[in-house]
Amino acid sequence: MNGWVRVLALHGGLLAVLFAAQFLLPAYHHGNLARIMVLASYAIGYNILFGYTGLLSLGHALFFAAGMYGMGLGVQHLGLTPAPALLAGIAAGAVVALALGLLALRTVGVAFMIVTLMFAQAGYFTILYFSEITRGDEGFVIAQAQRVLWGIDLSASANRYFAAWALFSACLLACLWLVRMPFGKTLVAIRENEERVRMLGYDTFAHKLGAMVISGAISAAAGASYGLLFGSAGASFAGVQYSILPLLWVLLGGAGTVLGPFVGTLFMFYLIDLSSGITTAYMLIAGVVLVVLTLFAPQGLMGELRRRFWRGLP
Amino acid sequence: MELGPYILLASIEGAVMAAVLALTAVGLSLVFGVMRVVNIAHGEFFMLGAVIAWYVAQTVGGHPAIGFVAALVIAPLVVGAIAAAADMTILKRIAYDPERTIVATIGLLYIIQQLTLMTYGPDARPVEAPFNQRIALPWVEWGEDGLSFFHPWGLATTSYKLFVIVAAAVVLTGVRMMMTRTRIGLLMRATQADSDMALAFGIPVERVYAMVFGIGAGLAALAAVLIVPISQAHYLMGADPLLLSFIVVIIGGLGSLPGTVVAAVLIGLSDGIISVFFSPTLAKILATLLVGLVLVFRPQGLFGTRAP
Repeated sequence: MNGWVRVLALHGGLLAVLFAAQFLLPAYHHGNLARIMVLASYAIGYNILFGYTGLLSLGHALFFAAGMYGMGLGVQHLGLTPAPALLAGIAAGAVVALALGLLALRTVGVAFMIVTLMFAQAGYFTILYFSEITRGDEGFVIAQAQRVLWGIDLSASANRYFAAWALFSACLLACLWLVRMPFGKTLVAIRENEERVRMLGYDTFAHKLGAMVISGAISAAAGASYGLLFGSAGASFAGVQYSILPLLWVLLGGAGTVLGPFVGTLFMFYLIDLSSGITTAYMLIAGVVLVVLTLFAPQGLMGELRRRFWRGLP
Repeated sequence: MELGPYILLASIEGAVMAAVLALTAVGLSLVFGVMRVVNIAHGEFFMLGAVIAWYVAQTVGGHPAIGFVAALVIAPLVVGAIAAAADMTILKRIAYDPERTIVATIGLLYIIQQLTLMTYGPDARPVEAPFNQRIALPWVEWGEDGLSFFHPWGLATTSYKLFVIVAAAVVLTGVRMMMTRTRIGLLMRATQADSDMALAFGIPVERVYAMVFGIGAGLAALAAVLIVPISQAHYLMGADPLLLSFIVVIIGGLGSLPGTVVAAVLIGLSDGIISVFFSPTLAKILATLLVGLVLVFRPQGLFGTRAP
């Protein structure tokens, strides 16, 4: 059980450090870290499908946006309060993931990537098309009065940080729990050799569909929280870039590791933040990192750590 | 204008689009067919062709035709060389693994696009057409004294647009001749059929791959040089050709050149006509859904006969 204690110490330690950081950080980095934790939750959702199940989706922005708009439209047009709106967002993401999964999981490999990309693009164009409701590219603001959850004003920076921390903790622990469950282990087995898993009598389609729905629901939770915490929803969050970014974060941090998504998001966020001070072409960094990672470090940072020092790192 | 002339006008616009699209998509299809990889950066090679055409036209000066002809030669060569270099430095090193290639070409997409933004800037810039006479088109009408020709107001095209259609047809014929009649085409087809066996027979497969990747990108650049006097060169112009090429290649059957051309003509023509009647966004929604559904339910393409 020594390994299990170390795992708990590492992940619990990170959450404790992040919790303590809110009292120490200057305002700018305080705001950044809140954003990073929400985006890292999105990356955790992505990692369940890509890192653990081995399905490379190029359309996760669809789930992120489903959460964001499920929440945002609920607040804006149905007058929902934040708690049910958040649930509506997560439900929207799960339903969209289920529908997309039923279609896209009939394909494998490159076709899966293109199918997810195409349906996500269709979703993006749909948001643009119904711009009377969604306000298209410019998006809409979620007013401060609509962002009060159980009497807590989520637009205040301390509350926002704590909410982001709570979301991130929930996602991280859920992922940690999931990958130690038989279900999670089957997903890893599917990633390694789907034929063999099927031959052993597992229903691989159902497992992959389950992974897709969980992944979509977590991504949607991140999307809904992002809208709620930072007060806006817009079509750009459904664009290709928001499908590529989680891939980038997970690849950088280490696919198939629980901490990888957070590490990758943290690094990439600050890399882009620093470079955007120098040039407007900050996505250049993303491109270079993608190419360099594919060439030299397909395992990512935590993957290298696992390979060299700690074989049992989840 | 009545409906008839209106549709004629839309089909000419559609034919220009189909011509450019066919060139771009054949480039993508060639790469997929021979190398079995999907090049997400294909649209950026298109964009690069247009941007280089602008630079060349600026540098050469003189009559627009000189700059245009120079661009027609230089842009595809430069873009092809860049693509071949990218193939040898990046794709070769990841052994053309399909999924990692997609990730790497996404990276390449951002690198090319953002470097263009840094050097060329965010403006859209035109290239002057070498010749651009207005041609009024006749239309038939049943008048008082029987069937008669007349020229409805607004029903016109330009000589340059007709040139684009002809040029694309010539180039496509050239590609077909290259694939079927020449030694390099034979090597490409051998590599496509079985790359291991081709290697065993002493075909320099790596060089064939670099060449195919270069030719594919060069075709996209050529298409962009042809279209840039009609539209303009802009650093974000690669997205639409990429999406449309995907649609064409997938509907035409992955890797099948004749299927690709047929699908390009079909999509180009119908896009020109559809966008007259519907909003372009709705057309894009339908098109992306169509591609997704075709891949799910008919992976060999609508016209493909190859086993999936």
